[in-house]
Amino acid sequence: MMNFNLNLFVLIPFLTIIAIMMCRNNKQVRLTAAFGMSIQLIMAAILVFTYLHVRNLGDTAEMLFTQDYAWFSMPNIHYAIGVDGISVAMIALTSIVVFAGIFASWEVEFLSKEFFISLILLSTGVFGFFISLDLFTMFLFYELAVIPMYLLIGIWGSGPKEYSAMKLTLMLMGGSAFLLVGLLGIYFTTATASGNFSFNIIELSKGHMPVEMQRIFFPLTFLGFGVLGALFPFHTWSPDGHASAPTAVSMLHAGVLMKLGGYGCFRVAMFLMPQAAQELSWIFLILTTISVVYGAFGAIMQKDLKYINAYSSVSHCGLVLFAILMINKTAMDGAIIQMISHGIMTALFFALIGMIYGRTHTRLINEMGGLMKVMPFLSVCYVIAGLASLGLPGFSGFVAEMTIFVGSFQNPDTFHRVMTIIACSSIVITAVYILRVVGILLLGPIKNPHFDHLGDAKWYERVSTITLISAITAIGIAPLWLSDMIGISLRPVFEKLLAHL
Amino acid sequence: MILKDFLMMRHEILLTVVAMLILMMEIGWKKEERCSIKIISTILFFIITVVGFLPIETGVLFGGMYHTTDLIITCKNILNIGVLIIFIQSSQWLKMEANSDKTSEYFLLIISTLIGMNFMISSGDFLMFYIGLELATIPAAALAALELTKNKSGEAGIKLILSSALSSGILLYGLSMIYGTTGSIYFSDVMAAMSQSSLQVLAFIFFFAGMAFKISLVPFHLWTADVYEGAPINVTSFLSVISKGAAVFILTILLFTVFQPIVHLWHNVIFAISILTMTVGNLFAIRQTNIKRFLAFSSIAQAGFILLGIMGDNTFGFATIIYFVLIYIFSNLGAFGVAAAISNITGKENIQDYNGLYQTNPRLSLTMMLSLFSLAGIPPVAGFFGKFFLFTAAFQHGYYLLVFIAVVNTIISLYYYLLIVKAMFINKSDQPIQHFNNDFMTRLGLIICVIGMIVIGFASPILEYLNKLSF
Repeated sequence: MMNFNLNLFVLIPFLTIIAIMMCRNNKQVRLTAAFGMSIQLIMAAILVFTYLHVRNLGDTAEMLFTQDYAWFSMPNIHYAIGVDGISVAMIALTSIVVFAGIFASWEVEFLSKEFFISLILLSTGVFGFFISLDLFTMFLFYELAVIPMYLLIGIWGSGPKEYSAMKLTLMLMGGSAFLLVGLLGIYFTTATASGNFSFNIIELSKGHMPVEMQRIFFPLTFLGFGVLGALFPFHTWSPDGHASAPTAVSMLHAGVLMKLGGYGCFRVAMFLMPQAAQELSWIFLILTTISVVYGAFGAIMQKDLKYINAYSSVSHCGLVLFAILMINKTAMDGAIIQMISHGIMTALFFALIGMIYGRTHTRLINEMGGLMKVMPFLSVCYVIAGLASLGLPGFSGFVAEMTIFVGSFQNPDTFHRVMTIIACSSIVITAVYILRVVGILLLGPIKNPHFDHLGDAKWYERVSTITLISAITAIGIAPLWLSDMIGISLRPVFEKLLAHL
Repeated sequence: MILKDFLMMRHEILLTVVAMLILMMEIGWKKEERCSIKIISTILFFIITVVGFLPIETGVLFGGMYHTTDLIITCKNILNIGVLIIFIQSSQWLKMEANSDKTSEYFLLIISTLIGMNFMISSGDFLMFYIGLELATIPAAALAALELTKNKSGEAGIKLILSSALSSGILLYGLSMIYGTTGSIYFSDVMAAMSQSSLQVLAFIFFFAGMAFKISLVPFHLWTADVYEGAPINVTSFLSVISKGAAVFILTILLFTVFQPIVHLWHNVIFAISILTMTVGNLFAIRQTNIKRFLAFSSIAQAGFILLGIMGDNTFGFATIIYFVLIYIFSNLGAFGVAAAISNITGKENIQDYNGLYQTNPRLSLTMMLSLFSLAGIPPVAGFFGKFFLFTAAFQHGYYLLVFIAVVNTIISLYYYLLIVKAMFINKSDQPIQHFNNDFMTRLGLIICVIGMIVIGFASPILEYLNKLSF
């Protein structure tokens, strides 16, 4: 019976931070960070294979590789960790994005030690969140991820960075305010099998929470995670936040942190409060549909590359929440695939934008043109990213969106079908803004003669982009291994939700 | 009463002995020898703190006027830890020319207030309570006025003594009404005779007003900002942490024992005042430019949070309050310690002056950042755990709205704490505060605070122990 110590995912980043603190110059800092996160990536790969192997051997426990240590007795808090297929997928996503992010930040010179420490601290919070099975531990890691954001955007960002950093931090903390009340509500009102109150997700899912209480706390919890997942109208932190943040931070944020919101909505809000989820899903469906369409329309109007991508992220993350709320197995399958697919795609986009900005020193698309002639490698990568984003078959975006819309349309009633049709229209709008940007930015004559001599991608930039593109293509061409892994883990959640139909 | 019983008052006896020793050193020694008073007093106080943790008998003395339990002893030990850190941090301020001849007065006054607080917490009847309260208040006013050459300090002292006197008077009026209606001043008798007669309700209101003054609850908080701004910075840290903490302890004990029969009454009062205090404290802190006023309003808001613990079960609620006060001691003294280090060496107290501090004094900035995050309640520092457990306590009895408002206030407080973090790390300055080295004692004080903040949250045995204590 193979076992995998999940604590490694929190321990390795922590050790990397200690190692960075002892480095003496920027080169050492970068190499240490790269080394640490490479180990993390290898660990994630080993986890995926171990997980699949154990599942193939026939272990059907809900969560694998669990560890549980009692921490406080009153309130009943444990340090409980464990993974299932969805968490494994998210951990893999995070390690890929962090790895690519480190290489995308190779040129940070100002206070580079502090930069990499904050970045890795951020990723520690995210990894801890995905391995936690106890609501308190989950919340602790969730909040841990928010504060380094403020420093990262405020110190190393660009544009209105102080304003964006403050707005982002306060809005995300506002979300966690709702979340805290929701979590305490779940703790105190769920009657578990053992008789004590508990924060453990698995124990809570087997317990019983009275419906009146669910109706109060489901909106709070969903909103709490939804703020992070760019739920309309609480998405306003996202455009400014992403645009002002340095490259790696945008990658990590749009790629991974926004998925924290989707994962939380799914694992906590809907899993633990299924009846309220069924009753109140229509309200949030309307909001998420608006997110999807509004985000896409918003992207069309933007002139700054990063803002375009930020609104695009709002739209795609809205799609994740949209699919989860459909309470349909296929759609939820698609939601998880979309989380991973969009995570990698948006990380790729932000990395490329950062590289282009580093050379042209402008992010306005009107000032750039014909970059395909100047930097062919980067431009090709950008085209690939764009096509993946609008859902071209062969890349992961198609798999995800196809699954989501097929699943959502399976709901027979009018309301759900109308929402699905409206959300589908976002595919077209996405195509508009993606192709428009590709056309203006990359094709055509070179706009600015000064750009003629700009260099193409360096080795570390190639590592970054190639990693991400391989991931997208792998999922796009052979999604079976991923959807299998997710499908098995989705079953208990889905059964619980269906049981109350 | 035999000697063995008398030794139950070990904390107070040791403090009195040390106070006498300091007085004798001041009177007896020549001027040159007096410079060692500071270090001797600190070491003596360290010994007191350590001895305080040794097991001791519990019981009742003086016919019921004085009683100790493990819970009360824990409270006293926590206050001792706080005062020890303040003594360590004061060493730099006391080294300054203008202050070095006031060293023994400084130590004497603080130890006197501490004796008063100890008696107040251990009181078994309202007379001992009042004596302790007065003994805790009056030397504090002298402390606030200790910087004789500065107008602001004198103003702070006068404001503190006058408002203390008024609130003590009102409190005493309330106590007299309690005596009038119940016929006794012993807590046990009053508890038995407590009913909801209107005179007793009025008595409770006056009593609560007097205590609310001490804890700086709204609307009895108006003295806080001016006194904190005017007093020497180490006295400010003392007032904000120890004075407030002791008052919180005794208020909670009294609410849970003596006023327990009218619990449904004061739950509403605490509900309203908690919301008012958190909100007013937070809103006013946003606009402050002086670091001491800023920390004053932040302390007012924190006091509002502490009230949330009172809304929970008796044992758990009190455990979370003690836990929070312990964490609050480390966080607030960390913030004040950095502010004191900067103020003593450079004299700068404006938040504007902190711009670009990270470039010149990185370790001080990091300590300040950790303290501010702990005050705001952000993991992984201990303040998160303290606040979370307070919210859990309030949630126990179903006060969902109160917890929601408290969490929203946490966000508002995060905004103004981040303003200082922004100033230190993000804002650029042409003339940042120069790099300076702190002496050993200051560094020790700050390191103790940092270690406390990092460790206490994760160390669950502390909360477990507090949960087991009962009245």
